[in-house]
Amino acid sequence: MNLTLKVWRQQSANAPGNFASYEVRDITPDMSFLEMLDALNEDLINRQEPPIAFEHDCREGICGSCGFLINGVAHGGQSGTTVCQLAMRFFKDGDTLTLEPWRARAFPVIRDLVVNRSALDRIIQAGGFISAPTGSTPPANAILVAKEDADTAFDAAACIGCGACVAACPNASAMLFTSAKITHLNSLPQGQPQRDQRTLSMVVAMSNEHFGSCTNHGECEAVCPKRIPLEFIGKMNRDLIRALGHNHREPLVIPAVVQMPSADDPHEKPHEGVPLQL
Amino acid sequence: MLDARIPSGPIEQKWDNCRYAMKLVNPANRRKRSIIVVGTGLAGAAAAATLGQQGYHVNCFSYHDTPRRAHSIAAQGGINAAKNYRNDGDSVLRLFKDTVKGGDFRSREANVYRLAEVSANIIDQCVAQGVPFAREYGGLLDNRSFGGVQVERTFYARGQTGQQLLLGAYQALEEQIGSGRVTMHFRSELLDIVLVDGRARGIVTRDLVTGQLDCHAADVVVLATGGYSNVFYLSTNAKASNCTAIWRAHRRGALFGNPCFTQIHPTCIPLSNEHQSKLTLMSESLRNDGRVWVPKRKGETRAARDIPENERDYYLENRYPSFGNLVPRDVASRNAKDVCDEGRGVGPRGQGVYLDFADAIHRLGLQTVREKYGNLFDIYQRITGDDAYQVPMRIYPAPHYTMGGLWVDYHLMSTIPGLFVGGEANFSDHGANRLGASALMQGLADGYFVLPATVPDYLASSNLDSVSASDSAFTATKAEVNDRIHKLLAINGKRSPDSFHKELGTMVWNECGMARSDEGLRKALARIPELRDEFWSNLRVVGTGEELNQSLEKANRISDFLELAELMCIDALNRTESCGGHFRVESQTTDGEAKRDDANFAYSAAWEWKGVGQAPDLHKEPLVFEHVPLSQRSYK
Repeated sequence: MNLTLKVWRQQSANAPGNFASYEVRDITPDMSFLEMLDALNEDLINRQEPPIAFEHDCREGICGSCGFLINGVAHGGQSGTTVCQLAMRFFKDGDTLTLEPWRARAFPVIRDLVVNRSALDRIIQAGGFISAPTGSTPPANAILVAKEDADTAFDAAACIGCGACVAACPNASAMLFTSAKITHLNSLPQGQPQRDQRTLSMVVAMSNEHFGSCTNHGECEAVCPKRIPLEFIGKMNRDLIRALGHNHREPLVIPAVVQMPSADDPHEKPHEGVPLQL
Repeated sequence: MLDARIPSGPIEQKWDNCRYAMKLVNPANRRKRSIIVVGTGLAGAAAAATLGQQGYHVNCFSYHDTPRRAHSIAAQGGINAAKNYRNDGDSVLRLFKDTVKGGDFRSREANVYRLAEVSANIIDQCVAQGVPFAREYGGLLDNRSFGGVQVERTFYARGQTGQQLLLGAYQALEEQIGSGRVTMHFRSELLDIVLVDGRARGIVTRDLVTGQLDCHAADVVVLATGGYSNVFYLSTNAKASNCTAIWRAHRRGALFGNPCFTQIHPTCIPLSNEHQSKLTLMSESLRNDGRVWVPKRKGETRAARDIPENERDYYLENRYPSFGNLVPRDVASRNAKDVCDEGRGVGPRGQGVYLDFADAIHRLGLQTVREKYGNLFDIYQRITGDDAYQVPMRIYPAPHYTMGGLWVDYHLMSTIPGLFVGGEANFSDHGANRLGASALMQGLADGYFVLPATVPDYLASSNLDSVSASDSAFTATKAEVNDRIHKLLAINGKRSPDSFHKELGTMVWNECGMARSDEGLRKALARIPELRDEFWSNLRVVGTGEELNQSLEKANRISDFLELAELMCIDALNRTESCGGHFRVESQTTDGEAKRDDANFAYSAAWEWKGVGQAPDLHKEPLVFEHVPLSQRSYK
C-alpha cells in the first residue's frame, strides 16, 4: 500500500517546527508502524535528508519508549496497543496520516517526535517506592498478600510510563500515571507504612510539573496501551482525602516545590492543585 | 595468568569466607568514595540503588530517557529461586547443579553456587519492594516450572516478570536519586573507559541530545550494559541494545570471555517480512502447557487443525520423554532447526513449528489458560493477526541472550583493576547455555548482593590517588572518542548504517548461529574484515555530531559489532567441541546431540585485544568440577 505522511519536523527544542509531507510506497500489511518509518528513514538517508527522530526500543510494547500521535490519537487508536506493536494492516492504501509528538507543557519537544518525559520520573522520586534497603527485608512468605490485592497491584503496576495518558488529556493531566503507581503500592501490605506520605508527595510533585488536573474526560484510559482504568484516579483521590484526614503523630511533610512556573513567562499561572490549598 | 580469585574452603562456605575476608569502608567515609554505574537494567539499577543506600557517591548513566526503559523490562517468564515453597525437593544445591548442568559444564562452580545461594534473598528483597508476584488464594507466593529442571521454583508476575522486577529496582533507584545520593545522567552514552595507572578511573560519555562529550572521574567503574545479541541484527533484544561499552573496555584491556556462547531462544514469533526490524519472544513458560509439533509429512499444506493426530510429530515429547517440551533452550532450538531443515517447517517461509494449546485448553479450561498466558496470546495476535486460542501458535528460534561477555573473577572484576561488570555484560554464571528464568536471577544477584560487597572491598583495599576529569588521561581519551565520531561523519559514502547491520547480522546468523562449521566460520572470517573496510569507506551518516542524531548513534554501535563479530567467529572456530548453545556440526553424538570435548575444552576462553584485524591472544581459565561430576547431558 502507499501512504502520505505529514510529520512534525522540529530540529531542536528551541527551533520552530512544521509539518513536512512524505510519500511512502510498497508498505506491506505485516510491517509494523515503526518499520514503515524505518523504511521512510532509509529513503531519507538515500536522499541525504535527515531521518525522522522518534523514540523506540523494545518494539514489543513494554519499555514505554515509543509514542506519538497518529491523526491526533496517541499510539494510533488500536486498543491496548503501543505504536511499536501497531501493524500496518490497520491502515488502507491511500491514507493520509498526520504524526505529531506528545503535546503537553510538561513534555517539551527535543526533536521531531521525541519529547522529554523526565517529569514522570520526578513524580516517582517524590514517593513512588517502598523504602526497603537491600538486605533489610523479611522472608518473602512472611508477608501475605490477598490474591485480589496482588491482582489490583499488578493491574496498576502494568503502567509503562509512555505518557500517552498525558498526551490524550485535554488538560495534559498525569493523574492516570500517578494514580497507577499510588494504587500499585497502596494496595499492598508492604506499602501501608508510607501510604499517606506517598500519596501526598506524589500529588504535590504532579502539580509542580505543569500537569493539569483531571476533569473526567476518560481519554487517558481510552489510549492507555496497558488499559489502566480510570477508577484508579478515584482511588488516588480517596487516598488523598484519607492522607489529609488522618491524625499523624507528626504532620505529613509537604514536599518543597521542585519546579515553580517561571515568573517571566506571561502564559504561565501558578497551578491551583490540591497542595496549594492546604 | 588469569586469577579468578575463587575463595578457599568448601563450596557452601566460599561466599561467607570471601565476605568475611573483605575490607570495609567506614560509613562516614563512604560519601567521599565515588562510583560510576553504567546501565540501569536489573544489575545496574540494583547496584546503583544499593550502593547509594550504603552511602557511596554514585553517578549512574543510561542512554535512555529514564532508567525504567532498560531491556530487562522485556523479560517475561520469571525468576528462579531455591525457596522450595513447593516442597518438591528443591534446594540451593539442586539449583546449583541444574545451572551447572544446564550450562553444559562451561561455567565456574563457585560463581554458580553463590548465585543459587543468594537467589532466595532476591525474592525477599523484591517482595519487600512491592513487586506484585503471582499469589495463591491464601496469600502465599505462587510458582511454576521452567525448561531444564524438574522442580517448580520459578516466581513470576503474569508474563511481565522482568518489567515488575525492573520497576522494583527502578523505584529503589529513584528513591536514591530523589534523596541526592545517586546522580542520574540520562540520554548519556558511554563511549570509552579512562584508565589511570592501569586502573579504571572514569568514562567518556556523549550527551545524545547535544552531542557534547563529557569526562567523568570516579574511584571505580561498574558496567552493567547488557548483552550483544544485536550483533545478529534480528534478535529479541531492544533496538538500542549494543556492545559498545563492553567492547570499548575490551579494547582498553579487559579480556572478553567466551564470545561465541550465545543463546538462541526456541519460542519466538517467526520472521514474516524483509523489513522486519526485530523478533518477538514468546515466553518459554508457554512450553509448560503448549505442545510442540510439526507434520510428519514434508511439504504439508493442510491447516494445522486439519492434520489428524497420527500425522503429527510431537518431536520433543518423542525424543526426550522425561523432559518433553521442557528441555533446555539449546536443545529445543536445535531440534526446531532440524525439523525445519528436513522440510517439515510450517508457515509461509517454512521456518516455524507449532506450539499448540488445544490440549491445555481442553484440560484446564479457556479461563485458566487466559489467566496464565493471556498477555502473551494478545502479543501474538497483535503481531501475527492469529488467535492462538483457536489455531496453534507458530514459533521459531531467535537470538536472545549472550552468555559470553567480559571475563570477570569471583568478585566480578574484569582484568582491568577497578572495572567491575555485572549482569549479562559479564560472562560468568551460565556457561554455554542459560536456563530459563536465570537471567533475572543473575542480574539481581550481581546488582543487589555481589557488587555491593565486592566493590567496597576494592575501594577499601586499593590505594587510589585522587584524579580529576580534567587530567591528561581523560582529555586524551576524549580526543580519541571525538576523532572516531568525526571519522564516522566524514565518510559521506552511500550506504546507511542499517544496511551494514543487516548484512553483518545475516552473515553471523548463518555462520555463527544455531549451527557452526569450520567452513562457514572461515567464510565469515574472510568476509567480516571486508565488510568493515566497506563500512569505514562507504557509510553515510546524515546530520552532525552536535544534535540528536540517531543515525550517528547506530553507526557508532555498528562499528563495534563489526569488530565483535570477528572475535565471536574466532572463538567459535577455536572451540571445535559442541557445548550448550555452541553447536559445531563436526562434534555431535550419533543421535545428533551436542558432544563436548572435556579433555581439550574444559576451560573458559578469555581473549585479549591486539588491534583491529589482528589475531587476539587466547588466555584459558581451566574449569574444575568438584561438585557436579562432568557428564554428558541427557534430557531423554
